[in-house]
Amino acid sequence: MNLTLKIWRQKNISDKGGFKDYKVTDISKDMSFLEMLDVLNEQLSDKGEDPVHFDHDCREGICGMCSLHINGKPHGPLQTTTCQLHMRSFNDGETITIEPWRATAFPVVKDLVVDRSSFDRIIQAGGYVSVNTGGVPDANEIPIPKRIADEAFDAATCIGCGACVAACKNASAMLFTSAKISQLAMLPQGQVERKERAEKMIAQMDSEGFGACTNTGACSAECPKGISLSNIARMNREYFAASVSSENV
Amino acid sequence: MIATKIPNGPIQEKWTQYKATSKLINPANRRKYKVIVVGTGLAGSSCAASLSELGFQVDVFTFHESPRRAHSVAAQGGINAAKDYKNDGDSIWRMFYDTVKGGDFRSREANVYRMAECSLALIDQAVAQGVPFAREYSGYLSNRSFGGVQVSRTFYARGQTGQQLLQGAYQALIRQSAVGNVSLHTRYEMMDLVVVENKAKGIVARNLDTGEISIQEADAVVLATGGYGKIYYLSTLAMNCNASAIWRAHKRGAHFAAPSWTQFHPTSLPQMGDYQSKLTLMSESLRNDGRIWVPKKEHDPRAPKDIPEEERDYYLERKYPSYGNLAPRDISSRAAKEQIDSNHGVGPMKNAVYLDFKDAIARDGKAAIEKRYGNLFDMYKKITGMNAYEQPMLISPAAHFSMGGLWVDYELMSNVQGLFVLGEANFADHGANRLGANSLLQACVDGYFISTHTIMNYLAGETPNVKIDQAIVSNLKKETENRLAKLLAIKGNKTAEEFHKELGILLYTKCGLIREKPILLEAKSQILALQKSFYKDLLVPEGQQINFELEKAARVEDYLELALLIVEDALQREESCGAHFRKEYQTTEGEAKRNDEEYQYVSVWESIEKNVFKLHKEQLEFEYIKVSERSYK
Repeated sequence: MNLTLKIWRQKNISDKGGFKDYKVTDISKDMSFLEMLDVLNEQLSDKGEDPVHFDHDCREGICGMCSLHINGKPHGPLQTTTCQLHMRSFNDGETITIEPWRATAFPVVKDLVVDRSSFDRIIQAGGYVSVNTGGVPDANEIPIPKRIADEAFDAATCIGCGACVAACKNASAMLFTSAKISQLAMLPQGQVERKERAEKMIAQMDSEGFGACTNTGACSAECPKGISLSNIARMNREYFAASVSSENV
Repeated sequence: MIATKIPNGPIQEKWTQYKATSKLINPANRRKYKVIVVGTGLAGSSCAASLSELGFQVDVFTFHESPRRAHSVAAQGGINAAKDYKNDGDSIWRMFYDTVKGGDFRSREANVYRMAECSLALIDQAVAQGVPFAREYSGYLSNRSFGGVQVSRTFYARGQTGQQLLQGAYQALIRQSAVGNVSLHTRYEMMDLVVVENKAKGIVARNLDTGEISIQEADAVVLATGGYGKIYYLSTLAMNCNASAIWRAHKRGAHFAAPSWTQFHPTSLPQMGDYQSKLTLMSESLRNDGRIWVPKKEHDPRAPKDIPEEERDYYLERKYPSYGNLAPRDISSRAAKEQIDSNHGVGPMKNAVYLDFKDAIARDGKAAIEKRYGNLFDMYKKITGMNAYEQPMLISPAAHFSMGGLWVDYELMSNVQGLFVLGEANFADHGANRLGANSLLQACVDGYFISTHTIMNYLAGETPNVKIDQAIVSNLKKETENRLAKLLAIKGNKTAEEFHKELGILLYTKCGLIREKPILLEAKSQILALQKSFYKDLLVPEGQQINFELEKAARVEDYLELALLIVEDALQREESCGAHFRKEYQTTEGEAKRNDEEYQYVSVWESIEKNVFKLHKEQLEFEYIKVSERSYK
């Protein structure tokens, strides 16, 4: 395949940035999208140009590192991570537009690399069970109905890639935040801090500059792990319950 | 010369004894001590969080943008623990036995016993954190069985056990960064170890965004930086996995143990083209129903469906009738490589074997197979574009786990005092072959339960916060700066990636699944030549600030040196054991032939100067388990 790539280039966080066109030739349809970018980078290096910086690591869809807005969609045309997207999803001669995640809370560091540390700070605000190492009960002393365990698991599969934010016209982080709040609200281990967690994580999410939710559902539709929109409903319920019955007055 | 510091007494009591007699530090005094933890996978995150909970100051460094990206996240299958929830006769003792045997009698008994012992508390800890392990309808935890054992002791969270456990450890860590004494440094890479009078006193760190190089001081240093299987380039590891932290520590005096013991996973997807960057793992569970075969005829060009039954060689079933397609990892991988090397390989690059579900589908129906493996078949289709319900899967062995790593004693401390090495980065528990679902376990127990005690024991004998001489500091900084400047100044025409690929192929073909003296000697001289060319032809784009190519170049530079030690190690071990198969040392039936009289030791390498290493030996004593031949016939 021969392709034209329209790629966002930006030297650093303060640079204005802009699109630049590149041509790649003899691309195999069996290549992954990132391997196609590897080919481009080899070409650029050989010509003495700066290679395109993009985030990636495990290349098996679980670390949450890879990103990329491809032809206007986070992680490209399939509901998967970019590393699991292959060139057979594109046509010979096509022009592919590649941009970084776009959100105030995800500033562009270089080219296609963005800073997602705002996600860490949301978790830091309360996305955990405050248990120290040692002194915990036997694992089977906390039976959890399978249905609840499975649902909590579904929420826990979030890989923190940020596609939900990138997909949202408001750059909202509701899906990400709600996945963690839901997981821990459903499990007995999370009950002690349930209200405080919802309040603190949502406050942090707001202070990071993520937008509000207008229930369009783009986040869930683009989520490579299929995190359900019902988590947002649950988070709203948790937040409401916490705000009317909070111990923090 | 090699002091393992294994406590006296019966093996069941060693760890209890150690904890009862190790030195403690008063809670009010702990905050005076600072520990640096490099790496935020399961071992690093759990160690850092636990130390902070105890009251120590902890500085955490990771080259990732977030601790949650560490490669523990990718472990699929599960984590072992001798809980005996199944009433199937499991016990700490049995787990200890299985692990020592699985490691082909090349691991340290006392360490392995302790890992099995600590496995019980680890499951409790993870559940308390909210890790959503699989459950039965009763609400109690579910277990499954895994290769190389006869009980069901594996806890799992679908195929994402590593991700879920890492979430637990990451959350514990990030909580400590809010309420405790952890300060987190993301996008920092450790470039060197600071050693003062044979004691680890800090690291040289590089801020990967600004390029700034700084000296970070501490009273002890923990390396939890993972494995180096990526040295083979094509592997199941993440792209950025590297050996640099442990290699730099090695060059500063830390001994490196058993570097050549790398596990090759038997059921990875094969390489499909030269552009390929990564080999994706397919769960080993597929071997429960899939039958592995190759055409009997060499260079057979026919499609699999056109090859009649009598012209197929189900070689695992033929060679290992009792274990068949479920033979352990090292044996299955090697058998596949033999078929590929003898021109029986299949697939577009003739580098794979078939894993065929035709018989299972005929027996149980397509629906049953879909229920069991549907997600894996989907994943296979997504990656290869092929439908495994209609044609056999192509699979091939891929570099996976490093049993070798920095040498540590019973306290997980290297020979450099105050340098602790945890998880896959050390060598201690798996011998020459790791059993499935033991790697997550080792990383966790090292971090949560073992290092916390041993680090406190060490610190109790140290004066906190001793400032390092400024002359040493500025010299060390300069050394790293010069090193990077030198890489940038070469201005050749070949990228680090190209060197890495070349090194990978070289190692895979000459020091991979099957090794042989003349070939190893060849590999040695080729690696030296490649090193030479690296310093002549390397091309790194300009820029000291954020520059992924510069990061890669430094890592590949280290890989080129480690590769030489791997070959050296494979050469000196004139026996076959576990993952290390020397062609010259096999039984008449073609199986690995150990030589316990001469090689019942762990090779422990000291770095003398660049590319020159000196061998020490840690003799292994088996007091509790009778050393026997590992047979799966």
